[in-house]
Amino acid sequence: MIEVNGKKVDWVENETVSQLLKRVRYIFPLVVVKINDKVILKKDFSTYSIPDNSKIAVIHMISGG
Amino acid sequence: MVEGQIPIEEYKTGNTKHKWDNKKMKSSHKILTKYTYKKGEIQKGYTNRTLHINLTTNEVKEKKITEDMKKKFTGGRGFGLKLLWDSIKPTTRWNSEENELIITTGPLCGTTQYPGSGKSLCLTVSPSTNIICDSNVGGFFGPYLKFAGFDAVEIQGKAKKDVILLIDGEEGKITIETAPNEETNSHILADQLTYMYASEDNERSRQKISVVSAGKGADHSFWGCLNFSFWDIRRKTARLKQAGRGGLGTVLRDKKIKAIVAKVEKISGVSNNPADPVKLARVGTKIHKEIRDLDRYQCNMRAVGTSHLVEIMDAYDLLPTENYRFGCFPKASKIYSPHFYELFTKVIPDGCWHGCTMACAKTVDGFTVKTGPYKGQRVTVDGPEYETVGCGSNMSLWDPLWILEFNFYCDTYGLDTISTGTGIAFYMEMYEYGILNKKRCGGLELCFGNSEAVMELLHRIANGDKGDFIKTAAKGIRRVKDWMIKKGWGDKQLIEDTGMESKGLEYSEYVTKESLAMQGGYGLTLKGPQHDEAWLIFMDMVNNAIPTFKDKAEALHYFPMWRTWFGLNGLCKLPWNDIEPANNAETDEPAKVPEHVQSYVEYQNAVTGWNVDKEEIILQSERCYNWQRAMNVWMGRGRRKDDWIPYRSMGPVTEMEYNSRKERYDKQLIEKLGLSEKQVENMSVSEKMKTLYDYRQNQYQKLADAVYYRRGWTPNGVPTPQKMKQLGMDDSKILEMLQQKINEDKKAGFNVWGGKYSKGEKPPSNDPHYWEKW
Ligand code: SF4
Repeated sequence: MIEVNGKKVDWVENETVSQLLKRVRYIFPLVVVKINDKVILKKDFSTYSIPDNSKIAVIHMISGG
Repeated sequence: MVEGQIPIEEYKTGNTKHKWDNKKMKSSHKILTKYTYKKGEIQKGYTNRTLHINLTTNEVKEKKITEDMKKKFTGGRGFGLKLLWDSIKPTTRWNSEENELIITTGPLCGTTQYPGSGKSLCLTVSPSTNIICDSNVGGFFGPYLKFAGFDAVEIQGKAKKDVILLIDGEEGKITIETAPNEETNSHILADQLTYMYASEDNERSRQKISVVSAGKGADHSFWGCLNFSFWDIRRKTARLKQAGRGGLGTVLRDKKIKAIVAKVEKISGVSNNPADPVKLARVGTKIHKEIRDLDRYQCNMRAVGTSHLVEIMDAYDLLPTENYRFGCFPKASKIYSPHFYELFTKVIPDGCWHGCTMACAKTVDGFTVKTGPYKGQRVTVDGPEYETVGCGSNMSLWDPLWILEFNFYCDTYGLDTISTGTGIAFYMEMYEYGILNKKRCGGLELCFGNSEAVMELLHRIANGDKGDFIKTAAKGIRRVKDWMIKKGWGDKQLIEDTGMESKGLEYSEYVTKESLAMQGGYGLTLKGPQHDEAWLIFMDMVNNAIPTFKDKAEALHYFPMWRTWFGLNGLCKLPWNDIEPANNAETDEPAKVPEHVQSYVEYQNAVTGWNVDKEEIILQSERCYNWQRAMNVWMGRGRRKDDWIPYRSMGPVTEMEYNSRKERYDKQLIEKLGLSEKQVENMSVSEKMKTLYDYRQNQYQKLADAVYYRRGWTPNGVPTPQKMKQLGMDDSKILEMLQQKINEDKKAGFNVWGGKYSKGEKPPSNDPHYWEKW
């Protein structure tokens, strides 16, 4: 199990950040991703595998309006 | 030239060409007043004077701007508030003789080195809300007004017949002249007047003209917007940007102003005469480069403008459909941005002021109009922007071409797309319930998705239809609610809960049911539910970053203050957070985009020669924000009851809405209200809805408590004299007025917290008169 923005989400083995964002339908392009408080750079989204029990913050920038 | 761009000579719009006898039209003008003035120079962003025109007496005069006024009100919207305070009365209404229409600029307005620096701020007492409404707009008029010699123009009184006001910066003269023969609708009028007042018959001369107008829709509704033109030398037509909210165009037409025309002698990169041009160039170059390099990987604003938000809002359940009943819809993919991208003209950079690299002002050229007086003609449509597409989805219009038709006619008729779209969406829901019907709607079948009926409604408004429904509908949701309730049609509670207005102004296009902070972002505002004060949905609902009332109140303090600052300076907010530096993620507060905040600090210092920091720029806003709220109080509003919002923006009003997201709401009853699974299972839908209703209403009241406290206001939402003094706003008249209102509230028992707090919970302060000890 992992936690994404405070919500419990099933852990999927070898899932990358990009795949997770797709799974939880976070399609907004301006996001900052932190896994266990460590910032994951955008260039690593498609290669970084998420460890089990991670606490993930997907910070959507404000934009809009 | 930008790579891939078509040369001017080769570009064709395919628009229908019109020919007018401009000489004949102009010769029928009668000059009522001619006033000459000394041209003067802009100094560090300010002309240091404003222009006052009284249309009843045909008097024109100049007013000096003092250093004290700059210190307290900065410029732009701040100047507008001060000018209104000096000119109107608490009883002034939109159509009162003394009401003013004010267009202001701001010290940074007109800069070409920093993107998004051509915005004007317009203010008036709104017909929708009976308080001051401010609205920002692009186009060339603001910068031209300043280059012609004035930081603001205030127009009071009413003309007897249609007039044009000419602010001629080339000759240094102002004229008020009758205009009996020009068209009223903006897409034609702006073209006519640009040709008429250009000094020479060429594109460069036409580019030195900007026209403010509103069309026939503004004559007959409270939804009138102002169209600000800018001459597009490639398309060879006047493009239009709108100051949409609050009925500014209605006030323009009530004053019998057909148009305000500004004309300049020259436009140059240093017209604003900045204190430190080198520093300005440095901060400007950095952001230009960032936009050029990163936009395509971020919001793609340069390609599709704000319409990129449609698919995002749909994915996050935030796109209003069927009058905000739902936040997503299976058909929504038909109006995602790629469909508009196909229609947009792609090879021209589309900024609404020179030097805006963001260039998000997209257009569709050669659009064939399907209905109404221009049926069959081919026109350029400015937009649609996200809000207008959102109106389409709210009315269940899923065809991009009908959305363009709606967009075109709203613009040329001078109707705010947001108020018009949100209004019609509500009428459609009432139609679905049988509260309205074909007979009550003057023969219109206003069901969701009926695009022909939508257009027919617009044409009838513009034609001044005298039927009860059209007359009332054109005044907006609040008046239609009152009308239906008075007639005894339908359930009063249902009508109040579903009509999406607050303070009398229609909501803009976001579903807020799951974001308490954004409910406050719409309700706890100065002018009404427009998202320009705060857009907190992601921060609150998705990021879960502001979980407590205190956190939300902090966000509802900081962001409205920060965003107000753009309006004080004549800036567009988009280059602040619709693009972000590559390393923004690694900063302490990425949501604030700290590097951009610092750039704005340096930008203001570079132009004005001041030495402010990021705290001082928030103070600049706080002064004006509190002043505007104080003026609302002065005009009999600006209290907790006026910050009321309809329940549709808080939660599910109908069983269908509840059932459509049953899992979510049931879960909340368990997790947030502490009910057991068994209890929830045994409850009927209406019982669950009632429980959720009471809970969410109370949450909103508690939020209001926290926000008022954070802002230094009384528990009834009145800015305290102590707070005003802290901010350096020491006008004794306003301080005395506030004290008097606070005393009246105290006597009436209103200076108490509004939320009901259960055991273990606390209001923001145990002492509801906390400010008295300051
Ligand atoms: S970002 Fe868009 S709306 Fe803002 S000034 Fe630039 S072109 Fe105009």
